[in-house]
Amino acid sequence: MHELSIASAIVATVERHAGGSPVTVVRVRVGRLRQVVPDSLEFCFGMVARESVCEGARLELEVVPAVLRCAACEHEWEIEAPPFWCPECAGGDVAAVRGEELEVESIEIEQEESACIART
Amino acid sequence: MHRTHVRVLEDVLDANGTIARANRADFDREGVTVVNLMGSPGAGKTTVLEQVVGSLPGVRVGVLEGDVKGSFDADRIAALHVPVTQINTDPSFGGECHLDANMVRSAVPMLPLAEIDLLVIENVGNLVCPAEFQVGEHARVMVSSVTEGEDKPLKYPLMFRACELVLVNKIDLLPHLDFDLDKFLYHLDAVQPGVTHIELSAKTGEGLDAWQDWLVKAAMRERIPA
Repeated sequence: MHELSIASAIVATVERHAGGSPVTVVRVRVGRLRQVVPDSLEFCFGMVARESVCEGARLELEVVPAVLRCAACEHEWEIEAPPFWCPECAGGDVAAVRGEELEVESIEIEQEESACIART
Repeated sequence: MHRTHVRVLEDVLDANGTIARANRADFDREGVTVVNLMGSPGAGKTTVLEQVVGSLPGVRVGVLEGDVKGSFDADRIAALHVPVTQINTDPSFGGECHLDANMVRSAVPMLPLAEIDLLVIENVGNLVCPAEFQVGEHARVMVSSVTEGEDKPLKYPLMFRACELVLVNKIDLLPHLDFDLDKFLYHLDAVQPGVTHIELSAKTGEGLDAWQDWLVKAAMRERIPA
């Protein structure tokens, strides 16, 4: 159940960027190589969002496909499941180019009209 | 009221990463190599540690025990006269399923860093969560026992990909099990090609010299890039 820790970390990240305004949408990018269960994360987010700027916010998860790159032949390919060997040269020195993301991409916040006018 | 879009682009575990780097800086300042020992409950993490920590030639060892509850493992290590510090992720019931950088941070003042060369952090028994949280370690070792089944690397690829060494424990039981060691090693190589592994039995002592040797070299920073 590390989704609870991750959900708390998401709320803490959002709080640093929301400036105290209520948040309506939180967009999070989750790489395929992370062991994060989307349903579980949404459930935990709803729980830890209570009494924070994220209360009632919708969590939108974007799953980022896993793309690997072979150091030997520079081939790049997308994988759904192991093996991680290069399909071109069978090399084992591979690194993830994408798929390890776990980041808050953006948020939508509600702001007072007056605050906007005061700023212009 | 109007709606504003705010770009954030921040790693969710950035705060954990920052604290992990602070822990690492403290360990480096004292010249202590830190190994994060992970694996499922019952894989034999404490036993493989117990068999070697008291007798590493030229290396002074300390142990940080992470458990949801209790000090059973810490008591076993303390009996070997090795300095041991205990962290409980929850003092009552149902605590965190992993150690994070902040929990280790809270234990740093209690660790005898000036008196040790190697600190082994035994994580909470779990094959999923600990892999997500760096704690400031230099290397990660996981213990996987032959009683767990040969499909485990495929089921928990993140954990098997996160470590520099896999200890295949309880090989003394192989004659009694349907476990296919070659198949396990094939699956291991499929999720982390070329990863180092040591086959051992904490019970009979087979393979313990290789594990001991790996720890000594780790403490000397021979295998681990700075």
